[in-house]
Amino acid sequence: MNKIKITINNHPVEIKKDTSILDAARQIGVNIPTLCYHKDLCIAGNCRVCLVELAGQKRLSPACATPCEDGMEIFTNSVKVRNSRKHIIELLLSEHNADCTRCYKNGNCELQKLASDYKIMTSDFIPLVPFKHYTIDMFSPSIIKDDSKCIRCQRCVRTCAGLQGVNALTVAYKGDQMKITSFFEKSMNEVNCTNCGQCVIHCPTGALTERNYIEEVWEAITDPTKHVVVQTAPAVRVALGEELGFAVGTRITGKMVAALRSLGFDSVMDTDFTADLTIMEEGTELLSRLKRALVDHDPDVKLPMATSCSPGWIKYIEHMYPDYLGYLSTCKSPQQMFGVLVKTYYAQARNLQPDKIVSVSIMPCTAKKFEANRPEMHASGYRDVDYVLTTRELAIMIKQAGIDFMKLEDAKFDRLMGESTGAGVIFGATGGVMEAALRTAYELVTGRDVPFDNLNILPVRGMEGVREASILIENPLKEWAFLNGVELKCAIVHGLINAKKLMDAIQSGETQYHFIEVMACPGGCLGGGGQPIPTSPEIRRKRAEAIYAEDEGMPLRKSHLNPEVIKIYADFLIKPLGEKSHLLLHTNYTARKRY
Amino acid sequence: MMNNTNQLKRADFIFKNENDWKEILAKNIKRSQQVLINELISSELKGRGGAGFPTGLKWKLSAEAESEIKYVICNADEGEPGTFKDREILSLVPFKVLTAMAICGHVVGAKEGFIYLRGEYFFLKSSLNQAISEFEEYCKTIHLDFSVKIFMGSGAYICGEETALFESMEGKRGEPRNKPPYPAISGYMNKPTVINNVETLAHAYTIFTYGAKRFYDLGVQYSRGTKLFSVSGDTPKPGIYELELGMSLTDFVNDFGDGDTKAVQVGGASGFLVPRKRFAETNIGYQGKLTGISLPTGGSMMLFNSSRSMYNVLDNYLEFFREESCGQCTPCRVGCQQLWIGIKAVKSGEKNALYLEKLLRLSETMQWTSKCGLGQSVANSFSSIVENFREEMIY
Repeated sequence: MNKIKITINNHPVEIKKDTSILDAARQIGVNIPTLCYHKDLCIAGNCRVCLVELAGQKRLSPACATPCEDGMEIFTNSVKVRNSRKHIIELLLSEHNADCTRCYKNGNCELQKLASDYKIMTSDFIPLVPFKHYTIDMFSPSIIKDDSKCIRCQRCVRTCAGLQGVNALTVAYKGDQMKITSFFEKSMNEVNCTNCGQCVIHCPTGALTERNYIEEVWEAITDPTKHVVVQTAPAVRVALGEELGFAVGTRITGKMVAALRSLGFDSVMDTDFTADLTIMEEGTELLSRLKRALVDHDPDVKLPMATSCSPGWIKYIEHMYPDYLGYLSTCKSPQQMFGVLVKTYYAQARNLQPDKIVSVSIMPCTAKKFEANRPEMHASGYRDVDYVLTTRELAIMIKQAGIDFMKLEDAKFDRLMGESTGAGVIFGATGGVMEAALRTAYELVTGRDVPFDNLNILPVRGMEGVREASILIENPLKEWAFLNGVELKCAIVHGLINAKKLMDAIQSGETQYHFIEVMACPGGCLGGGGQPIPTSPEIRRKRAEAIYAEDEGMPLRKSHLNPEVIKIYADFLIKPLGEKSHLLLHTNYTARKRY
Repeated sequence: MMNNTNQLKRADFIFKNENDWKEILAKNIKRSQQVLINELISSELKGRGGAGFPTGLKWKLSAEAESEIKYVICNADEGEPGTFKDREILSLVPFKVLTAMAICGHVVGAKEGFIYLRGEYFFLKSSLNQAISEFEEYCKTIHLDFSVKIFMGSGAYICGEETALFESMEGKRGEPRNKPPYPAISGYMNKPTVINNVETLAHAYTIFTYGAKRFYDLGVQYSRGTKLFSVSGDTPKPGIYELELGMSLTDFVNDFGDGDTKAVQVGGASGFLVPRKRFAETNIGYQGKLTGISLPTGGSMMLFNSSRSMYNVLDNYLEFFREESCGQCTPCRVGCQQLWIGIKAVKSGEKNALYLEKLLRLSETMQWTSKCGLGQSVANSFSSIVENFREEMIY
């Protein structure tokens, strides 16, 4: 370990060689403001807000992009630094449509905060916005892009390329015309954008936001002729608290249910229920594919089977690997299974007209908005999910309604489709679907629990981009005898850049798996594009801890033990992969162009 | 073309015959790396693209960098307004440049060279390629493993900035990188790279032909050797001239002016404007009073006579910078726009004359905070024009 000596604001510090000035300063509690810097992304050094003065140098250096060198004397708050920084903020504001009170990101904008911290009350500069022909792209069902709010920090570009490997957003033109745009300046819904929303949670301003459906949902709630049903995804309950004053990683499931009821939803149920149902369908599908491969030697069977819960991943594979659509599980995502069952099973059980039901989902995801909008998602005869709200939009509604969230008493989900198991909960973390599927499939095949302490399949957990795990099947039940001695090989990836790595490895034939789990967002749904802003590896780690704690606290932790799942098969669906399941719970995919 | 005067010391190295290039190459690749580097260092040759970094040191750093693969790049993206000398070198004496590249490859341990050719110089490509194949043919006969490829630029001014040039060559958008790391350690494809201006390489050829002393004896202290000047504007004899460094601007104007010279722009749009009253105290060279700091160009001399409006000159420069900034960093992208519309607002009376003071402060911030030489040097022409011709900006 190479240590060097530097001073920061005359305070001597000993630090590891090659540490950036920014990190060195933060280690000793000196905060240097940043804009284009983000912990998830590569260094750009283009906003110039983090500039610091180095003794003996006329020009200022960006703290994020400058490594410390032995003997460096760094000043983070000199007159020159302060004046230059103010100048830079003023320049950014002169090019920015600073109509803050009418901005969706008002109150959660990094530029606004900087302007407030540095008290930019007036500006010397001429507003440039009137000279520009800014446009707002509102064609995507998921993401709204308002160029007039863009500060060209390129965080979205680095997110789309570096985290996701999608490259839907890129830089075009130069000089005063330089802008962030998509292929041939097409609208976001016409290009290979997966709607994952990672750009939205990495954008420091209001340039990229989710398309919100808050008013539509309020209208449905207040319409007396409508029965409004809401479902909440597993990852929402470990993140919503961040928007409402709780520390990162606080579980607020009971308060969330109480808040939804108090907002006026007629029925508050849980996507975890259909997560468990997904395990039944997908697990059975996997076993049937294995049987076709191992017993029937069917050359057409597609292995590895890939999970299909993440709509960002689905759109990605449709664009980038259209030849591999047959490898996807045909299961709809838990959101869409829930949607179709609300307007069939639930409507029958509650004796409601499906056309009077409005189905709303609360998701950690912006791609779910696109998914709900897909033409094939009308199996109930109606649009299965009417409105998708992100975690952030729900927080906005709770604040608008004047609910004192902290003081709410815990409440429970409504019955019929509100019961869940720990297996359903961990769907929110990368590796969770795999773990839930293994817990059920292993028991189905062998009659025993998975051979891991307390059902915690630790090898599939974690935050490495690509993980592998395998389970040896020994002494299976009689009907699964063909699986005896088979080592079930699995891979788990999160973040589409890692999905690309995995798909390329599969395509080249260098790896062979039976089952792969892909989540479009870093960390899985808990790091989704609809989650509270900001995000960081640390924040995602805390949310994951909360999810696994929620799982361990549940009385039931295996999907096939969910009593409401058992009941729906007894009363309605009959059996996994049965005729009704095929009709309602399974879907097909569309090959799309690469651009 | 070459009229002798008493004041200006003309020279004729660059365009003198290049027929002996085979001999020079064969002789020099037999010399040791250390000897060649020492020769270059003792000549005190500085980068002729404008930044003036010591060339010998550049080669030395690259030679010391550890890597299997290294590159030599000739920067022929001559984009500075008022500069047209590299075009002439590549047209008339391409073998000098190729030879110097190959010697550099021998010194640092690079087997591949590239010429990054300005998009507008496409017409040079086929003749250059012919020269390259003849050159590579000869390299084979002397068992020198060195090849040269031409990479065409596409017309962006910023791609002359060395790290933006690498990005461009790698197929990416031409945006300057953060420094450090510097090219000598991590350049093209993140490998150690020597990147030299066309003229620098041509001077290196001169040094390896005649020895360092011959070169060192020319010019003045800190500014050794000769330099090509691209003379344009209000002059009866525009063209390219090889002159010794260190001349005074008075001497230059006496020779090249039309008798009515009001100001000279030294170093193109990113250089300084020198008004008549400062001609006598201004010397052309790296340590001159005005050109003491490194200028991101080399050799552009634009003369303006009394019929020229300095407001129009500045307006033209700023419009250029506003368009040619890569747009990546805030001070350069927004600063150039603000300076441009700012002087218009003062001229039209929309802003009062004091606004010029604010713009001067902005240009200073741009100099301190911009990521690369483009944004850092806008202040050069801006402040030198606004401070010396304030009344022309206002009335």
